[in-house]
Amino acid sequence: MDNDTARPRRQFLTVRDVTKTFQIGADSVEALRRVNLTMDKGEFVCLIGASGCGKSTLLRIIAGFEQPSSGQVSVYEHPVTGPGSDRGMVFQDYALFPWMTVRENISFGPRQKGLPKERIRAITDEYLNMVGLANFSDRFPQQLSGGMKQRVAIARVLANECEVLLMDEPFGALDALTREKLQQELLEIWTRTRVTVIFVTHSVEEAVVLSDRVVVMTAGPGRIEADIPIELARPREVSAIDFNQVRRDITLRLTSHVASRSVALAA
Amino acid sequence: MSQSSITTAPAASGIAAGAAMPGRVWPQERAQGILLAIAFPVALVVLWHLLVVMSGTRLVPTPYRVGVMMYDFAFGGVYDDAFSGTIVIHLLASMQRVYGGFALAIIIGIPLGLLIGKVRIIRQMLDPTLSLLRPIPVTAWLPLSMIFFGLGPRSAVFLVFLGAFYPILLNTIFGVRSVDLRLFEAASMLGCDGSRMFRQVVLPAATPSIFNGLRLAHGFAWILIVVGEMTGVPTGLGSVIMDGRTLSRTDLVITGMIVIGVAGFITDRIIVSINNRVLRWSPQHHG
Ligand SMILES: Nc1ncnc2c1ncn2[C@@H]1O[C@H](COP(=O)(O)OP(=O)(O)O)[C@@H](O)[C@H]1O
Ligand SMILES: [Mg+2]
Repeated sequence: MDNDTARPRRQFLTVRDVTKTFQIGADSVEALRRVNLTMDKGEFVCLIGASGCGKSTLLRIIAGFEQPSSGQVSVYEHPVTGPGSDRGMVFQDYALFPWMTVRENISFGPRQKGLPKERIRAITDEYLNMVGLANFSDRFPQQLSGGMKQRVAIARVLANECEVLLMDEPFGALDALTREKLQQELLEIWTRTRVTVIFVTHSVEEAVVLSDRVVVMTAGPGRIEADIPIELARPREVSAIDFNQVRRDITLRLTSHVASRSVALAA
Repeated sequence: MSQSSITTAPAASGIAAGAAMPGRVWPQERAQGILLAIAFPVALVVLWHLLVVMSGTRLVPTPYRVGVMMYDFAFGGVYDDAFSGTIVIHLLASMQRVYGGFALAIIIGIPLGLLIGKVRIIRQMLDPTLSLLRPIPVTAWLPLSMIFFGLGPRSAVFLVFLGAFYPILLNTIFGVRSVDLRLFEAASMLGCDGSRMFRQVVLPAATPSIFNGLRLAHGFAWILIVVGEMTGVPTGLGSVIMDGRTLSRTDLVITGMIVIGVAGFITDRIIVSINNRVLRWSPQHHG
């Protein structure tokens, strides 16, 4: 607490000394070792690092799906003890409810709260429009493309009024064009809603396009290696000279400790 | 209906054009399918006729003689014996027992399957016993069931129940156990828990598997009704077949078989159409 008093304002989200050890039979894997991270409200942070460095584990602990072995995650100094509406996960494989239409998927959160029907309808319409799926509200997930499914997944957590959007390689399964399109849409949504985003990616370019800060993680055991602010003005242009400069810097930092630890970088 | 903020609508509809709706079949293709489906059994009947005529056997009737028997069984007026015009009596008797046993298996099998799938202590308590009893063929229960329920129709209902129970139970358990873990995570982060989780996630996710069990069970139910009715029950299609055998009336035996086949087929189509309606979200589960 003593170093917190020095801060001018309350931190929105804090990950403090989080360690996570998985027990697999007699073996144990240290997925995270003493990870610390603080985020302001409305910040957009990208987590980047080779496969197996604990990015998903960290995100799942923040979501409350996993408990840390030691350490703590808190939102506005309330410790996270399990999944909650304030934190919404967007999975790479969507995890939409296949038996529900697009509208029913998006209204799932509001329906759990028992809001009045008109209110649920209004919220659902708002987010259907925001992700551009108003004309597809009666489709089932199986009848949608990957990009559309991910839009539904984003709308579903936003409609639930989540304050932190946790995205685990959300666009990893999409083709390059759709991916770029969704990056732009996500930025628009972020600008409009001012939601806080933690976004896991393998792509340095994606991280630099999107985020305020890039957090670089390394494996064996998983920990945070660097925390790099991206000060490029928005909207960002991938072909700009300064953009390339930043991308090259981050790529270098990624590959240098990967090389120094002779860990294979995921393709 | 507000169009104010749809920045992405054009792109979205472009993608949608590529994602074709499944299940559209051209009329010609459909007609061809029906034609093929009819042509094969017609060819079988022709073959049957030719084989009977050429071999000169008197043990197997020609399709024509079976047709006459079916007409007599349905409307009477040809042979005017104990079986003339009795189709309704026998069919209704068998249907009552089949659907009775089937319904009983549903009423017990689905809730029990949900419980075993979801509640650990119930699973630990019941699963070993059920697994031990399962390999016993239902027909092996016949002598015991005749002791329990006598020679009457209740014994047949019991056999149908036993035969239908396991496929329903096991498929329900499987459906509950194989729900994607991510769906639980997604639901819980959206504020769903406890009994709502069961109703809103577990149950719908298990539905395809439950329907699978129902279809299998329904097939077994018709198999077992025949066995059940061969044990001295005076009515029912199984007893008709048994009587036909005793009287060496093969036309009657085959008539009984055909009626069972048609009744089973129609019920199966009904189950499939309910299945397709309930599972309209999942085309690959359509029958
Ligand atoms: N449920 C689990 N059980 C056992 N080991 C796990 C589990 N989840 C992750 N791990 C291990 O933890 C490490 C980090 O995994 P993960 O967080 O998925 O990495 P990333 O998302 O960065 O690729 C890996 O070595 C992985 O094998
Ligand atoms: Mg991962």
